[in-house]
Amino acid sequence: MSQIKLRNASLSRNNKVILRNINLDIAQGEWTSIVGPNGAGKSTLLQALAGLLPYEGSIQVEGAELCSIAVKARAQKIAWLEQTSTISDGLDFGLRVCDIAMLGRLSHQNWLSVPSSQDHILVEQAMRQTGVWDLRERFFNQLSGGERQRVLLARLFAVQAPILLMDEPIANLDPPHQADWLQWQKALSDQGKTNITVLHEIQFALQADNLILLGNKGLHHQGKSDDPLTHQALIDLFDGRIELTKLGKHWVALAR
Amino acid sequence: MRPTLFPRVLALLLMSIALLCLGALLGSGGIAWNNDSAIVFDIRLPRSVGAWLAGALLGLAGAIAQGVFRNPLADPYLLGSASGALMGVALVLGFSHTISNSGFELIGLNSGAFIGALLGVVAALILAGGYRSSLRLLLSGVVISVILGAGNALFTFVRPDLYQRFQAFMLGNTSLLDWHGVYLMLLVWLICIAFTLLLSATLNALSLGENTAKTVGLPIDQMRLGLIAILALATGAAVAQTGLIAFIGLAAPHLVRRFANGSQRAHLLMSSLAGGILLLASDLLARTVLAPLELPVGIVTAVLGGSYLLLLLRRQTRGVGA
Repeated sequence: MSQIKLRNASLSRNNKVILRNINLDIAQGEWTSIVGPNGAGKSTLLQALAGLLPYEGSIQVEGAELCSIAVKARAQKIAWLEQTSTISDGLDFGLRVCDIAMLGRLSHQNWLSVPSSQDHILVEQAMRQTGVWDLRERFFNQLSGGERQRVLLARLFAVQAPILLMDEPIANLDPPHQADWLQWQKALSDQGKTNITVLHEIQFALQADNLILLGNKGLHHQGKSDDPLTHQALIDLFDGRIELTKLGKHWVALAR
Repeated sequence: MRPTLFPRVLALLLMSIALLCLGALLGSGGIAWNNDSAIVFDIRLPRSVGAWLAGALLGLAGAIAQGVFRNPLADPYLLGSASGALMGVALVLGFSHTISNSGFELIGLNSGAFIGALLGVVAALILAGGYRSSLRLLLSGVVISVILGAGNALFTFVRPDLYQRFQAFMLGNTSLLDWHGVYLMLLVWLICIAFTLLLSATLNALSLGENTAKTVGLPIDQMRLGLIAILALATGAAVAQTGLIAFIGLAAPHLVRRFANGSQRAHLLMSSLAGGILLLASDLLARTVLAPLELPVGIVTAVLGGSYLLLLLRRQTRGVGA
């Protein structure tokens, strides 16, 4: 049974329709990558799933209509990682790394209550996972782009949400940390978490279970990422400007 | 509060108390215990306590403004709320027939200042098309201040009988403070501090950006409105008592930011205490620089604060664009 279900969903931003009549089914515990050319509406789709945009039609999460889920319940269920380029300039107010990571527990805390020992344990776990535990006393605005990204990922993981939405999570990471991120994705899938990621790096996207291809204001294709039909749709989506080659057990995309 | 922060808050409190004692003892002839207790208790003490409270309100308003608008240059004075409050004061003064320092009139003045402050911020926000761009918000605030300033000048033109009284508000003046005003500011300060600390989680969440803040499970929009109302209340109460005092709200949060060690609550509290210290110290300066002549304290803060703003602008040239 699908955990997230879109039926004739039209998504708009600033009163302009970005995606029209989208029908999608996303199963629990699977990793789905959203791929498409610039301006295809990838971030829009992700933001709509995070409950940040108004929509027409229906978006259901575990059987409940997304817009009717209470703010706090939604925050515990769905964790969203913003594209870093859109927030980095605002993060200038002297918060420490551990304060940022602790914000991931906000949806689990009562108003005014201080973080519980459970919160501290989970935040430490998340920070160790993304390798920022040693940076915990540093100020966020003094970190490099890649370090910031790993702090924001730690905040995301600390939410412990069953559904994780990430918008270009590896854009600022160096190759070793990109490889780490891939490991985390697999671990999250093993834990039964649903992962939806917007990725420009097609060879990473192809390692997901499923691909959602967006183009032309709508859904271009949805399918298993190792399905030849999906591969053909992917090549079509980019006007035949890429080719897919198998290297070892992975597919890689090359510009043509 | 983290254990390292308590001594720092305590230090700010002790500094405040020391300055208050100085304010009570300092007369036109230097520091001396004046045998006439009326001078100490009815003039110097309410003036000093009042100056501290007005500064504390402005420092708090500045810290809220910078956090809510995620804009390091936001300040009640630069945002247009202070001149809005002054406009409210002008209207109340203009329409009330008797001018006295009764408690009743104080409430009228404060309500006018509060509503004016709120309208000033909202107007600046509408003009700037939101609060994302530091530069646009700053310019809109300046435009609003200029327009309201013209309105205020017009007011003194058509009501020359109120010129003297109003001039004190325009320049920022602590010499008219009495215990009525002090009690009122104390009440407003306590209310504002309590509600700000209750809503401070919003500011932490907002530091992740507007959108992420909406996904962490807080009613961000409502909480932000609450904070803007507190900002207007604090600014209004300060302006209704002491008039336009520039830059305290800008400088105080910057001066204490590094000492707050990333804790939003500590930062808000420290900004408020630092605001009180700054205004009280400026007031002591205003009383002594040209003694026995007294300068309006607004002139002192404008000169000191204006230089500080230039310094900040130089330091943050990169952050301001966008």
